[in-house]
Amino acid sequence: MEAGAGRRAGEPEPAAWSRPGFDDRSRLLEGVRAYGLIVAMWMRSTMAYRASFVMTTLGNFVVTAFDFVTIMLMFAHVDALGGYTLPEIALLYGTSATAFGLSDLLFGSVDRLGRRVRDGTLDTLLVRPVPVLAQVAADRFALRRLGRITQGLLVLGYALATLDIAWTPLRVVMLPLMVLSGAAIFGAVFVAGAAFQFFAQDASEVQNAFTYGGTTVLQYPPTIFAKELVRGVTFVVPLAFVSWLPALYVLGRDYPLELPEWVAFLPPVVAGLCWLLAGLAWRTGLRAYRSTGS
Amino acid sequence: MVRLYAVVAAGGFRRHATYRAATAAGVFTNTVFGFIVAYAYTALWDVRPQLGGYDKPEALTYVWLGQALLMTCAMLGGGFEEELSERIRTGDIAVDLYRPADLQLWWLSGDLGRAAFHLLGRGVVPMALGALAFELALPASPWTWLAFLVSVLLGVVVSFALRFLVALSAFWLMDGAGAMQMAMLAGMFFSGMLLPLTLFPGLLGEVARALPWSSLLQVPADVLLGKRTGWDLAGAYAFQAGWAVALLGAGRLLQSAATRRVVVQGG
Repeated sequence: MEAGAGRRAGEPEPAAWSRPGFDDRSRLLEGVRAYGLIVAMWMRSTMAYRASFVMTTLGNFVVTAFDFVTIMLMFAHVDALGGYTLPEIALLYGTSATAFGLSDLLFGSVDRLGRRVRDGTLDTLLVRPVPVLAQVAADRFALRRLGRITQGLLVLGYALATLDIAWTPLRVVMLPLMVLSGAAIFGAVFVAGAAFQFFAQDASEVQNAFTYGGTTVLQYPPTIFAKELVRGVTFVVPLAFVSWLPALYVLGRDYPLELPEWVAFLPPVVAGLCWLLAGLAWRTGLRAYRSTGS
Repeated sequence: MVRLYAVVAAGGFRRHATYRAATAAGVFTNTVFGFIVAYAYTALWDVRPQLGGYDKPEALTYVWLGQALLMTCAMLGGGFEEELSERIRTGDIAVDLYRPADLQLWWLSGDLGRAAFHLLGRGVVPMALGALAFELALPASPWTWLAFLVSVLLGVVVSFALRFLVALSAFWLMDGAGAMQMAMLAGMFFSGMLLPLTLFPGLLGEVARALPWSSLLQVPADVLLGKRTGWDLAGAYAFQAGWAVALLGAGRLLQSAATRRVVVQGG
């Protein structure tokens, strides 16, 4: 079945040029399909070492769980942090950790781009008839990152079980909406960071400040941070739309900045904008790429 | 002989100093995380001043020190063990064992050079930026700083000794990834990087403070904050040196056991 799918991916797409707009869409589909094939290959390769997979997934689970353990240790000494109780913080944490976990699983590998530029292996990806972004995103697909998603979902489950929320249909819809749009926003941050590595190959750690740093910020309530940081996370790198704004709507609490309530419904729009910008950055980076030539 | 190891240490320093963009990127990330954790600690200490025996400026100093020493004391691992265990896996270790130098001292020297670079390159700037943005409790006396540096040095040796054991496990496990991950988890949790170990409740706190990982951050931080002076300072040093000697000794035992059974791959 895999071999057949591989053959289909290599075939030319007839009539792809006949209609304007169709080309972009078919390239997107082609990219998604290639991504799926490469991911399937890495998953088979991962499953060849089952014990190793179980151990690294468990490790991933524990490492990410330490973030919440830290918060629990803090709550061993206090009843509220920044005016928020543990279950409330668990909702912020669970939604952002799950969203980030999803994008880390799907796009986290792009932060290896700088290494590929440095050692010249990116050239191999450029000559293959598959969109480069799909190849880079699927490269060494790390199934162990399910550990973080599991951990986020468990904390989210704890939050939903303990919180007394006045559920309305909108609030119920908001939960899956925010997790999916949040994953998309973080995914755009990953891609933008990878694009930056075309210019600064050694700077992959800068990206960590926005991705891992971003999810750490979102695990705490906005009230504990300085206003400038909250503004930056809302208007510059719009991570607030991953969990803060929608989750505070679910909790029925006020955001520290003066924003109208409908802003809480913007995450999908913000995600779309982020991907537009990330896509532009990616194209710019890829066009500017010059191989080492050695 | 001492000269040889000094040269290896200088090499370790230079090797890490080569990657300037990576260093700048690391400083940036350390600083961002420093800010995030500092705000979280501020919220915590606003509710509970004097928590864990620290006032707020002391707690914030602890935060920035954690960022400054994260790489120096290699709390999450890294530095050399990946390279060493890869050499063991590929069989290149045979070349190392032929060299007229001691394996453990060789890698220790290199790691000390690395740590010196990380203290200067990755430690100073985040600490300075933290001091600009927050009110910290940095000591005025040069002796306290000196005492702190000694404690950091001991912490690096303990950290090295632990990572050397992890790397040598590749002789038996072939793939060191699992052991490295376990060591990373332990380092993250027991060094005090998550929260000062004085905040860990009950028995967990007592155990955490007695384990070698507390030498990496908790003990140097307490020395810098002036919590350990006089005989108590000597006690802190003895604690760190004791773990260093014990773990280095364990490393030697493991090394000799490994070299007796080493079968170099590739014929």
